[in-house]
Amino acid sequence: MSALEIKNRNELFTPEIRAEIDHEIAKYPEGESQSAAMAALRIVQDANGGWLTQESMDEVAAYLDLPPIAIYEVATFYSMYEHKPVGRNKLCVCTNISCMINNSDQIVEHLNNRLGIKFGEVTEDGRYSLKEVECLGACGGAPMMQVGRKYYENLTPERLDSILDELE
Amino acid sequence: MSEEKTITIEVDGQPLETKAGALLIDVTDAAGINIPRFCYHDKLSIAASCRMCLVEVAKVPKPIPACATQVMDGMVVQTRSPMALAAQKATMEFLLINHPLDCPVCDQGGECELQDVAMGYGSDVTRFVEGKRVIPENNIGPLIATDMTRCIHCTRCVRFGDEVAGMREMGATGRGEHMTIGTFVAHNINSELSGNVIDLCPVGALTSKPFQYRARAWELTRHTGVAPHDSVGSNIQIHTRRGEVMRVHPHSNDAINEVWLSDRDRFSYEGIKSEERLTQPLIKKDGEWVETSWEEALETAASGLREIASADADQIGTLVSPTATLEEIALAQKITEGLGSPNIDYRLRQEDFRGNSRAVPWLGQSIASLEDVDSALLIGSNIRKDQPLLAHRVRKAALKGAKIQLVNPLQLDLHFDAAQMVSDPAGMVRNLAAIAEAAGGSHHLTEQIEVTDEHKAVAEGLKCSKSTVILLGNIAQSHPDFTILYGLASVIAKAADAFVGVIPMAANSVGAAVVGAIPNKGLNAHAMLENPRKGYLLLGIEPGLDINNPALARAAMSGAETVVAITAYRSPCLEETASVMLPMAAFGETSGSFVNAEGRWQSFSGTTGPAGESRPGWKILRVLGNLMDISGFDYSSSEEILDELRGAHGGELQVASLGAAKGKIRSAVTGLARIGETPIYAADALVRRAASLQETEEARDAAVARVNPSVAADAGLLDGEKVAVVQGEGRAEMVLKVDANIPDGCVWVPAAVPGSESLGDQFGELSLEKV
Ligand code: SF4
Ligand code: FES
Ligand code: FES
Repeated sequence: MSALEIKNRNELFTPEIRAEIDHEIAKYPEGESQSAAMAALRIVQDANGGWLTQESMDEVAAYLDLPPIAIYEVATFYSMYEHKPVGRNKLCVCTNISCMINNSDQIVEHLNNRLGIKFGEVTEDGRYSLKEVECLGACGGAPMMQVGRKYYENLTPERLDSILDELE
Repeated sequence: MSEEKTITIEVDGQPLETKAGALLIDVTDAAGINIPRFCYHDKLSIAASCRMCLVEVAKVPKPIPACATQVMDGMVVQTRSPMALAAQKATMEFLLINHPLDCPVCDQGGECELQDVAMGYGSDVTRFVEGKRVIPENNIGPLIATDMTRCIHCTRCVRFGDEVAGMREMGATGRGEHMTIGTFVAHNINSELSGNVIDLCPVGALTSKPFQYRARAWELTRHTGVAPHDSVGSNIQIHTRRGEVMRVHPHSNDAINEVWLSDRDRFSYEGIKSEERLTQPLIKKDGEWVETSWEEALETAASGLREIASADADQIGTLVSPTATLEEIALAQKITEGLGSPNIDYRLRQEDFRGNSRAVPWLGQSIASLEDVDSALLIGSNIRKDQPLLAHRVRKAALKGAKIQLVNPLQLDLHFDAAQMVSDPAGMVRNLAAIAEAAGGSHHLTEQIEVTDEHKAVAEGLKCSKSTVILLGNIAQSHPDFTILYGLASVIAKAADAFVGVIPMAANSVGAAVVGAIPNKGLNAHAMLENPRKGYLLLGIEPGLDINNPALARAAMSGAETVVAITAYRSPCLEETASVMLPMAAFGETSGSFVNAEGRWQSFSGTTGPAGESRPGWKILRVLGNLMDISGFDYSSSEEILDELRGAHGGELQVASLGAAKGKIRSAVTGLARIGETPIYAADALVRRAASLQETEEARDAAVARVNPSVAADAGLLDGEKVAVVQGEGRAEMVLKVDANIPDGCVWVPAAVPGSESLGDQFGELSLEKV
């Protein structure tokens, strides 16, 4: 059991978050709330500035009536869940084969130099963080990266500069 | 599915008859055809994740896993064809990619499934030259050592936690090469069945911590035995090396413990080597304990008791531990009878003897049948802690949809769905009376009972099922109104067409009753102390810890002329009360028999010589009998005693009423009521000295006083504060723990833990004081 003993579901999260998670739970048959684990984690992560604390995972477990380890398993399996603070803009750079062939190395190097951070790090002002990801299915536009819900394709150092300037 | 149909398949050219729908691996196992496997385990769900069991099946283009393939009529299987062998070899190569090749320093070496399968199916040389991954250490408590770098991700331990232990604590976090098995957030594994993952883990990732680096598998001699704690009588294998018990493993027996073992049964052997072992006869001379010879000790013991008996035999009282063997208890009984005394009892933790019957309290049915009930009412039972493997059977029933209901003086943390009715001890009687009334019976209590909807629901749950069982557990047996509870249980059983049984407390509770360690016309365990005797014979007992009212026991024995203690341990409360201590062989050192909860007689032999000068209990008693000139003590082996007992008592156990009391509720108190449970790792002398078990959170959390937040607030006490528990003349200082599971008006103060020796009855009135 987790250190935190949660008894009352209605004390977890905010009413808005509970409503959102309930909406996801309702998509599955009764008693199958575990199916909503991924959605619930996403909702909670978004509300927490893009990353999950252990407490927030424990709360998701309690809310869905699952053992905490079941939530840890999901939250560590998928790379979209973050376990450390991220920047306001999480730059997910693909380095998988197509992107690599199209010189993603150069993209990464440019980002490293311009932002002064490596993969897994956050800039001091909290504006950007950098993450290495595997193929995002946009090989046709390689090299590419994802920021938020948006794909940026056919990247060049110059294009990167203008994209970064646009991101708040 | 047409499961019943018999079909024929062919495996490696051999035709096999089997049921349609069976798993291929089960069919080949039954036929003695070996298919390598890691993730498959017949008591766990199918994961089919390791791919080690790949075989070739005709007309299937790719090799398929035998553990996840149902057989079909006419199936032609090859387990050693080039395709199958290539698949197995390739799987093995993948599994070894990240597995350290450090067998010489791995504790599993010599009994490692990976090692064996690699020898049989793997390649001789590795082609993998890249770096291997390393997983940081993960401390999960004092019982299980982890080395997760060796883990092959079979997930047996994970499935065990989920499916058997009912506590999903381990999991697979991360992904791909980064996947690790663990608790993710560092914490101890707290299941009372946790040690089973040691057996399940096919590699050296999870091994026994107390056994770590002590011996190699091939140095050990295996002896089958019977576990000495709860009344399940789990079959075990005691592994010894050069006359020393090194570890204990389960020995599978589907009717009793299946393939499992509780942690208590697995790790208690450490208590054999306790520093408190008594290895030399001791005698008290002028208030000082001095070592002496067996001759003198036995002579003193025999003459002391004989003198008292010749003046007035009724002044002799014999108390035997229900963890002693059948043979020992029978001889103690014979001695007592031979001295002319009717006073003998094994029901040390019982307080209420109003039923006054000599019937044998037992389960009344087989252990295995518990998993087939569709409704159960457990009265005064912390079944999960008291009888871990009976709880496992009940849990299986619950998972199949059985309705499990409990009437208890505390809310339990259970691993199955159950309805728990919690009240103070006196309230338990009232609740049961109300359930009896709701079920259509009458309760005979002197007071008016209010029947609520909750009671009606319980009664309804019991009545509308086909096979219902009502069981009284350890708490009920120590309850001041045990016989009333039993009577009410019988009323409910009659009204609901159910079956009443008692869950015997200890390994040989049933055996002690069977061979007659119950007073016929004499004094019972409580009366023998309330009316102090001049002489006591104690078999395997620590008076401050093993008796319902330790204060009473210590006072009675301290005032006696002769107290002969046959004991494996030299403990402070024996030094205080006894006059002679005769060192007895401990668990693993003596042959004997136990009768378990379902009435099954199980014998075992000694595996090592007794420590120091100690001797098997039956031999000590034999000599004592001879020295007292009691006839019939000429046994040359414990088997001879057993044969005699079988002849006299070996028949089938009958289900008979224990005798029920009516009338006044004794457990009602005006102040605070004590709930005196015996914690799992305090149950008997052996487990109390098992070092690693005593380091578990479970044991460390046991010696505290628990109250709920409102009782704490009323008394002005805070969590973690030291308080004095005052019961009658007795006083014990304990740390207070605020625990919402304890009902109003009650304090949970355990028995058999340090501090409790000076307290009174396990259930009774007490008060709390600030210190
Ligand atoms: S620790 Fe052992 S049992 Fe658990 S997954 Fe790893 S290899 Fe399997
Ligand atoms: S390899 Fe980068 S998007 Fe596919
Ligand atoms: S044993 Fe069949 S896949 Fe693991």
